[in-house]
Amino acid sequence: MSAGFDWTALAEFALIGLFSGGLMALIALGFVLIYKGTGVINFAMGEFMMLGAYFFYTANVMWNLAVLPALLLTLAAVALVAALIERSILRPLSGQPVIAVLMATIGLGSALHGVVDAVWGGKNYEMPQLLPRKPFILGDILIPGQVVWSFVLAALIIAGFTLYFRYSRTGIAMRAAASDPVTAYVLGIDVRRTQRLTWMFAGIVGAVAGIVVGAMTSLSPALGGAALGVLAVIILGGLDSIAGAIVAGLIIGVIESLTAGYLGGKVRDIVPYVTVLAILMIRPYGLFGTRQIERL
Amino acid sequence: MSPLLEVAELGLSFGGIRALNRVSFTANKGEITAVIGPNGAGKTSLFNSISGFYKPSSGQVIFDGNDISKLPAHKRAGLGLARTFQNVALFRGMSVLDNIKLGGHGRLKSNALSAMWYIGAARAEEMGLRREIEREVIDFLEIDHIRNLSVAGLPYGLQKRVELARALAMQPKLLMLDEPVAGMNREETEDMARFILDIQEERGITVLLIEHDMGMVMDISSKVVVLNFGEVIARGTPDEVRAHPEVIRAYLGGNAAKAAA
Repeated sequence: MSAGFDWTALAEFALIGLFSGGLMALIALGFVLIYKGTGVINFAMGEFMMLGAYFFYTANVMWNLAVLPALLLTLAAVALVAALIERSILRPLSGQPVIAVLMATIGLGSALHGVVDAVWGGKNYEMPQLLPRKPFILGDILIPGQVVWSFVLAALIIAGFTLYFRYSRTGIAMRAAASDPVTAYVLGIDVRRTQRLTWMFAGIVGAVAGIVVGAMTSLSPALGGAALGVLAVIILGGLDSIAGAIVAGLIIGVIESLTAGYLGGKVRDIVPYVTVLAILMIRPYGLFGTRQIERL
Repeated sequence: MSPLLEVAELGLSFGGIRALNRVSFTANKGEITAVIGPNGAGKTSLFNSISGFYKPSSGQVIFDGNDISKLPAHKRAGLGLARTFQNVALFRGMSVLDNIKLGGHGRLKSNALSAMWYIGAARAEEMGLRREIEREVIDFLEIDHIRNLSVAGLPYGLQKRVELARALAMQPKLLMLDEPVAGMNREETEDMARFILDIQEERGITVLLIEHDMGMVMDISSKVVVLNFGEVIARGTPDEVRAHPEVIRAYLGGNAAKAAA
């Protein structure tokens, strides 16, 4: 290279960022589902990830269940927890000011944190490796296998949900209930049921993300913290847009990876927020969101 | 004529305001019954109480022989109560066909998971529903040409017709229409009146409607109920109601009533 610039490194950082953005988009989907379906910003999303990872560790490692049964058991358990949370906390608060509901989900996050700390202790566990680690090699570029497979998994799940909401009867009913609950009721749609289902879906999405993140790093109560970074993604994408969550997830993934590569890991956590700040100054409703989003 | 809907001594209050006070009337099977009254008389509150959004403080709603006063709105819909709204309440992000199909979904049996796979019984059900809607709703209401369009861009009169189509897809026993021709021009109004008559005559569906267009109300209704300040002040055939002094007073003021008497 004439200028002495390492183009290969740039390509590698960008590609790794793009692929790790898939997982961010998946976590973002969890937020978007609940916001679209029930109008709530669920600050306990990270705790759903954490619960998923801990449940899976318990079933798979402590109880020695095979991966598939352990996974199914985990998803069912998290869905159940999400349904209970919807019933006992969110439904009584429906119709209350946004800020009250928001505080409730923040409190819920802390409570789940506390429960996990009490049951499993604050120490780090080694999660079993689920995704193949064999790296992908494109010429001089090397991309860790887990990063690519996590992207594939996220893409499949997001595509599945998109199809589900577009074509399945329940998915269409959920969209209808989300956009106009009163009319949905009149059509015989049980809006409480669709809202419960929304929370269960978000719980499942969070749990999958949590298991993958846990397997790529390690299992500790801090695992849920990853979701807070994703909150930036969601605001960037617009809270009510799945497409926005995907695109923004990928953008942030790339930006984080490039910053980590060139400026170091410490700056990495700041740059996405700065980017988001800059974008929000121009488009306060996000890249794809509808204009009348309630601002916090 | 036996009543399909019987509203008995219905009372509804918002804080200190009595929206409905001991409202009683019946809607006979296979007939068109109209609810009229000045603005703020409680007509829409009455509709909301019948369809289950408001919890009346007293009285009963009896539908097809069953007391449905305690049922939530979606269960009432399942029993055959369909309605449209004063302001068009379509799902704006969806196509005409998807909007109409949503009306039929409540009747189908398959659940979240089986419908997710879109196979077997769920698929057969979906196809059956699709055929039935094509034949009995889309052709019937002459909206064939717009079925795949997004509802958001449609002219107002057509949006109202799509909303009617969605209610029909529920295969209701009772169709409640809240101002079906409000804001329509003369031609659109005549079309809508013809559709409502067809629904009643060909399908035998009982219709309960709120309307301000007196010409249309008097033309198509078998019975008229007049509300004023939350109370029934008159009920009967269009001719009886038209001549009722209380009704003239409510609409035209006290002096006009004296002049008419």
